[in-house]
Amino acid sequence: MAPGVNRNPSDMAPERRREAMGLLAKATRRELEQAWAGLAGRPEAELVRGPETGLVMVRGRIGGGGQPFNLGEVTAARASVRIEGVVGHGQALGTDGEKARLAAVFDALLQLPGHAPAVERLLAAIAARIEAEDARKARETAATRVDFFTMVRGDD
Amino acid sequence: MYVAVKGGEAAIANAHRLLADRRRGDRSLPSITIEQIVAQLGLAVDRVMAEASLYDRAIAALAIRQSRGDMIEAIFILRAYRTTLPRFGYSVPVETSRMLVERRVSATYKDLPGGQLLGPTFDYTHRLLDPSLLRDEPVEEALQRDGEQEPVMRVSDILSGEGLVEGDGDLPAGHVPGDLTREPLEFPMARDLRLQALARGDEGFLLSLGYSTQRGYGNNHPFVGEVRMGEVEVELDLPELGFAVSLGRIQVTECQMITQFKGSAKSPPQFTRGYGLVFGQNERKAMSMSLVDRALRADEFEEDVVSPAQDEEFVISHSDNVQATGFVEHLKLPHYVDFQAELDLMRRMRRDYDERSRKEPGNDTLEAAQ
Repeated sequence: MAPGVNRNPSDMAPERRREAMGLLAKATRRELEQAWAGLAGRPEAELVRGPETGLVMVRGRIGGGGQPFNLGEVTAARASVRIEGVVGHGQALGTDGEKARLAAVFDALLQLPGHAPAVERLLAAIAARIEAEDARKARETAATRVDFFTMVRGDD
Repeated sequence: MYVAVKGGEAAIANAHRLLADRRRGDRSLPSITIEQIVAQLGLAVDRVMAEASLYDRAIAALAIRQSRGDMIEAIFILRAYRTTLPRFGYSVPVETSRMLVERRVSATYKDLPGGQLLGPTFDYTHRLLDPSLLRDEPVEEALQRDGEQEPVMRVSDILSGEGLVEGDGDLPAGHVPGDLTREPLEFPMARDLRLQALARGDEGFLLSLGYSTQRGYGNNHPFVGEVRMGEVEVELDLPELGFAVSLGRIQVTECQMITQFKGSAKSPPQFTRGYGLVFGQNERKAMSMSLVDRALRADEFEEDVVSPAQDEEFVISHSDNVQATGFVEHLKLPHYVDFQAELDLMRRMRRDYDERSRKEPGNDTLEAAQ
């Protein structure tokens, strides 16, 4: 998505918005606060819903891939805001309502062509941070991989 | 005559103040922070989350601090907390095949796609006390190994290629997953509801039951097909948008237990499976859960139900430690009136007995009783 391209909110591909919301959920509150503080011409964000804290029942699958079953609940926070007529939704694990509100703000801003480039920069930074953390963890796990070798049996 | 009594308010208030004092302990020591509990007593936090059936590390750590480390008390507090929150919905089922794996071992295949990844494990430690932990010595960072990481294939998929293992677990079409937080328990129950109960069941209880199946109380000869631990995405459908979004990741431990089955009139000889899935890093619980899940499927495989671990009503009715502690611990609360009634009954029974004994002198039973 080229920055500055003129488009309507409805033009946003669902897959891109889905991905963006997933990244905003994984952002730290600090990342969102700093991005908001650094935003040029911060628009008015009207709170439509929340922020509220609740539970999501996490489902697993029998045997790992079979019928769903209810594993247990996880805390979640969510909020919705309206900016320049566009509604944004924020939701994330945990009980941080302010983080959910900020996520909703950036979800709305992403749909506004004037603000989308700034949001894209934030999303890229979050994605890069997560990728680096995952890669490090994967390398740490890889170091604990067992390398089997066959003992050479002596003849005497 | 029933007489209501009041009293004890001051004693209760003072007892709770004393509890707070003892919880804080020696004021010359720094008090422990929630962040420290999450970071350094992580497996205690995981156990509380699993058995409370509520995943939230910070809140579980708070409960552990509040309960002075009493795990079941902490679990109880979280169960109470969850009742204060609205339910946003049910997640899309987590995909453990797409887990960001931090540990995966198989006892059935030495070389398998993804390899044996030991991760942060107590296995192969010598269980010797480490005096270096008495001091605050610097700890080395973990080693890292570069290179291409192959996908961590599920062991059940390897076996199913040969058709020698049963599938993942199907229920009749249109079956809605049961939710024991919404409906009272009824027996017999479907496997999905049993798994929900086991996932929140007491680790010690399930460990003992799993152990009993290994010792011959139940018809099992299990192998760990694989145990894996790591993070999975939690996704929630947003009806206003028409798609599911990720809320973040949670850590889970999964166990695929594989058990020999000689076959029955209905099914050919094949490996059958028990399944365990638990919040956090908790391999012992996931393994125990998978053993008990398999034992509780006795009916499906036309096995005789002869042992406690195979008895669904016994296992599921007694696996919840909050229910168990509530009923056991309520015994210490005032039962003055109940007991007065029992005492009165006992006196009358004893009087009758003594009178009968006087009428029949030389009664051996009386001598034995005295």
